[in-house]
This record gives sequence, structure tokens and C-alpha cells, in this order.
Amino acid sequence: MESACGVLSLSRLPSLACKDFHARKRDFLQTPKGLLFVTRRAIEVTMNVLEVDDLKVKVENRMILNGVSFELKSGESHILFGPNGSGKTTLINAIIGLPLYKVLSGKIVFMGTDITAKSVEERAKMGIAVGFQNPPEITGVKLADLLKLCLGKTPNEDFSEAEKSLIEAFKLTDFLNRDINVGFSGGERKRSEILQLLFLKPKLLLLDEPDSGVDVESLKLIANQIQHYLENSGSSALIITHQGEILNYVNAKYGCVLLDGKIHCFSNPKHIYENIKKEGYEGCIKCEEKTLERW
Amino acid sequence: MTNKGELTSIPHKILEEAFKAGVSSEKERAGTFFHIDQATIYSKVNEVFKGKIELMDIKDALEKYSWLSEYMWRAVPKDQDVFTRKVAENFSGGYFMRILPNTEITFPLQACLMITQKNLEQRVHNIIIAEEESKANIITSCLQHSTVENAAHLGISEIYIKKGASLNFTMVHQWREETTVKPRSATVIEDKGTFVSNYICLKPVRDVQMYPVAYCNGENSKVSFNSILYGHKNSLLDIGSKAILNGKGSKAEMISRAVTREGSKIIVRGLIEGNAPECKGHLECKGLIIDDESFIQSIPELVARKKGVEITHEAAVGKISEKEIEYLMTRRLSRDQAVSLIIRGFMDVRIMGLPESLNAELSRIIEIAAGT
Repeated sequence: MESACGVLSLSRLPSLACKDFHARKRDFLQTPKGLLFVTRRAIEVTMNVLEVDDLKVKVENRMILNGVSFELKSGESHILFGPNGSGKTTLINAIIGLPLYKVLSGKIVFMGTDITAKSVEERAKMGIAVGFQNPPEITGVKLADLLKLCLGKTPNEDFSEAEKSLIEAFKLTDFLNRDINVGFSGGERKRSEILQLLFLKPKLLLLDEPDSGVDVESLKLIANQIQHYLENSGSSALIITHQGEILNYVNAKYGCVLLDGKIHCFSNPKHIYENIKKEGYEGCIKCEEKTLERW
Repeated sequence: MTNKGELTSIPHKILEEAFKAGVSSEKERAGTFFHIDQATIYSKVNEVFKGKIELMDIKDALEKYSWLSEYMWRAVPKDQDVFTRKVAENFSGGYFMRILPNTEITFPLQACLMITQKNLEQRVHNIIIAEEESKANIITSCLQHSTVENAAHLGISEIYIKKGASLNFTMVHQWREETTVKPRSATVIEDKGTFVSNYICLKPVRDVQMYPVAYCNGENSKVSFNSILYGHKNSLLDIGSKAILNGKGSKAEMISRAVTREGSKIIVRGLIEGNAPECKGHLECKGLIIDDESFIQSIPELVARKKGVEITHEAAVGKISEKEIEYLMTRRLSRDQAVSLIIRGFMDVRIMGLPESLNAELSRIIEIAAGT
């Protein structure tokens, strides 16, 4: 990325970039290649894939998100930590626009377009895709048909050789003629979810615990495939996890903690994970915030 | 009598409609039978299956075999109702199918009963005899030509499954919005005989009312009734199935999938009566209601008269799960596409327990019917 950027003068950058320049001052202080780094960051900030601004979300009369703000840049992945019930799934479901998740205020901007009022279908067609934690069973609809829909194929079209190999790599060949998720184990559901996402080729992947209930071997496969896709496509991902293992495969730039309906700390995800293990979520936040204040 | 010309001699427009209701090229069928309006116009056994099956108009068959009259009105009582009495008074024909003993018919037999005249009351009487240890599949398509509005179809079908025989009988109905349909069917199953009755109704119809019955008289005899019902455009479908388990160890299974929309009413009835020891039955009804103008009712009845009878049922009617629709929408489907995919999946032919080749064929019929 750095070598491809060349040198740009700061004066040519849009105002958003300049605002962000000050906000991320610490990035520039940390590097000896000051000017070059400024240029790279400046270009990146013009390419926000997702901006969530002061988002407040209610689910069935219960306030779950109480002013969540963050942004995700093109080609970057973030890890979202947080205790059970903290609203991580709500955040993802609000970003994709599921009607149960009512946005009371704030906005969601995807690739420069405000999508807060758009339907699920519109958001999906714009390039957002979700790998659900608990996808539904749909009787009578075969996995093969859904995968073909994800690929934009009709049910009568065949999979290409490359697609067949990927299905095989995901150990789902024997599941093609089975009804979606009916009788699938937790790990099989996750493999099916991730494979659908890879076939959809989204610009933004929202992954809700892609690693829960997945065996070690499958986790390695899933995580490596996600990383491979992100690297090759330049897409971004927001990943919810309770486990550290996935961090060994997916190259995530930042991690953050969702607690009390708000996002806390943006820093190294491995560091956050270790901190959570040691101090718990609340302890982790206090400690991280102190560390960040020093910058 | 039997062979009345070639299939190609049937007017193209009639054949075209018949194909939409599941009729196939006669090369892919063990035998083909066409009864249009008041006359049997075609009846032919595929060369490959000659000597294994008999297929002809019932009136020709009654002339040919004196013993056949004993099978007439044996399973269905002549005075069951006003409709049976009408057919007993006067009928235009119908098919006689007989699968000879110890033969296995790999291709399905097909029969097409069609109405092309306005205000016609078609009255037919069909008899199927599956002789001992025989095995066959039958697909019957009952339809009305798309240019004809008002009509009625009264059909009597009596089916006899002899010892160890196995018969899959699939009926596809494609009527019109102004048609009244009253089939009256009954099946008698002997020892170790198996009868599978599949019913598919996808096109709008004014009123279909039927309650076919199977008498599992033989020891270890089995019956399955499966139905896929799609009620739309103010259709009224009152569809039942009844299994009377008289034989020791006999079994019944009933599975139905019903979808109702656009002011349609569907009533799904099911009765399993266990009259002998060790008989078992299970009834499953699932229904989807798409809008507030429609109606669905499931009426399961279980009767036991002997110790050791085991009969169960499960029924669920309701709307399509929003979670499923939204899930598919995250895969870039519109709401309408998602609903249609779920409905098609719900009306899954695999509930019918047919061979894979027939499953593929019925899926094709459903696709064509759903698309027209």
C-alpha cells in the first residue's frame, strides 16, 4: 500500500481527511517515515467503507446501542469484543438493516452513501454481507440453490470448477442437496455462512462469531479463507469474537470493546484480547483508555 | 377400442396444455391414456411394456373381462353421495389399468383427463388393479383447457392393491377458476401391499372437495397420502385423506403442505383409524398463510379401537417466518423473490417419497405450474 501511494500534498486532500489527520495524530508521531505515512493515511481516510455515527438502536422497546460511533476504512478489519448481551449482534444487524433493530438516531454511511433508511435488500446489493451467528433453517431450500443465488447464477447453471473446489475445501459438497441449515452442526452452519459470503464477494463483511462452535481445523480453514479474500479483494470486515484464535489468522488492524451500548478503545486487537482475559471487560476498558490517553 | 391413432393426432393446443399438467412424451411412459370431454381418444401401451400392463377405456375393459364388473363400485359405494349416484347413472368412460403379476414397470403410466367444452360435466370411472407382487408408478393429470371457463369433473377411482404389490399414484390437478371438482376414490390394500397416493393442486380452482379413503385390509399393508396444495385466487380446497387400518401391523402416513393466499380457503382433513393390533399411523400437516384474506384449517382425527395401536399427529399453520425472508434478503433477494423461494421450498416434492427421477419430474411440473 505504501509503495503504491507515492507522495501527495496534504493541501489536495478533502476536509474529512484533514479532520481525521488531527484525530489520528498518534499514527504520525509513531513513525520515522513521517511524510510518507501521512500521505498513505490521507488516501485511506478518503476511502471509508463504513461510518457509524452516534447510532442509537432499540430492539422491542429495549435500548441496546446508545450512541455508537466508529469508522472502518477500505481494506481494514476490526474486531469487536464485548460481553454477552452487550449489543454486538445488534450493531451488525442494524448495519445490515434488519427491521427488528430500530434506529432511533444517528446514521450509517456505507461507501459515502447514507444507508440508514435503506432496506436490507438494498444494503446487500450495495455490497454488505452478514455471516450470522444463528442462521435460520429453511426447509425445502437447498444449499446448492442458495449458493447459486449468491453467485448470481440460476438454479440450472452449474458451479465452475473453481467454485466446486471452494465448496469442497469448505467440506460442503455432501451438503449441497440438503435443506439450508436443517440438521447442520454449529460448525457446518458457520462454514456454509462464510462460503455464501465469499460467493457474494461483498465490500464489507459483517461476521457474527464466525469462530463459535467451530472445530480447530475448520476455524483455521474459515479464518484463512476470510483473510485470503480480504487481502485479494481489498474488502473490509467487522468481526465479532469471544476468542483469540481467529486473530492468529485474520489480520485485523483494530479491536474495540462494546460495553454499556457504547464503543470503547481502538487499539491492537491481540492486546485488547489479552487484557480482557486478565482484567475482564470493564477492567480492560479502564486500562486501555488510560493507555490511549497517554498518546 | 384401445389404440385410437397416434398421440401426435391430438390437436397441438390440447397437447401443449396437457404437457403443462405433467403429461410427457409417450416414449418416456409405459402407457398413455387420454380421455377428453366425453370420450377416450387415445390409449396405448408402450411396446417395451406390452404383456406387462393393460391399459384401455373402462367400457372396453368391461366388455373384454366379465370379471371386471365385480370391481365396479366395490371400494366406492354407489350411493355414497349425489356425485357417485350421478356417475353410476351415466358416465363417459375412464381408464382401466392393470399391472400384471410379478412385473415391475420402470416407466410411469400416464393418464390425462381433460375438459375442453364449456359447461360440461365430465363423469368418469377409473379402475386400477395392481396384481400380486407388481410394482408401478402412475401419473394422472386432470385438467381443463385454458379457453374453457365453467365446467365440472366427477371422477370415481377404485384402486386394488393385491398381495405384495406396490403402487405410486400421483394425481396432478390443473383446473380453472370456475371449475367444480368432486373426485371420489377408494383403495383396497391386501397383505404386504403398499399404496402411495400423491396429490398436487397448484392452479386456481373454484371448488375441489375430496376425501379419498384407503382400506389397509391386509396384514402389514401400508398407505401414504401426501399432498401439496397451493390455494390462490379465491380457490376452495377441501382435501382430506382417510386410512382405515384393518390389517394387523398395517401402517398409514399422511403428509401435507398447504399454502393459501389471495382469498383462498384450504381445509386439510386427515383421519387414521386403527382397528387392528400393532397398527401405526402418523399425520403431519403444515400450512402457510400469506395474507389476511385467506383461511386455513387443519382437522386431524385419530381413532384407535385396539390395544397396541399407535397413532400420532403434528400440525402447524402460520405465516412465513420473517427471519427466513430477511435472511434471504441479506443474500440479495427481493422480498418477493425470498417469499417465492420459501413457498417453493415448502411445497417440496420430496415429502412424497418417490424415486429421484420422479421427484425431478414433479419439481419440473411444479416449476411450470408456478410459472404459468
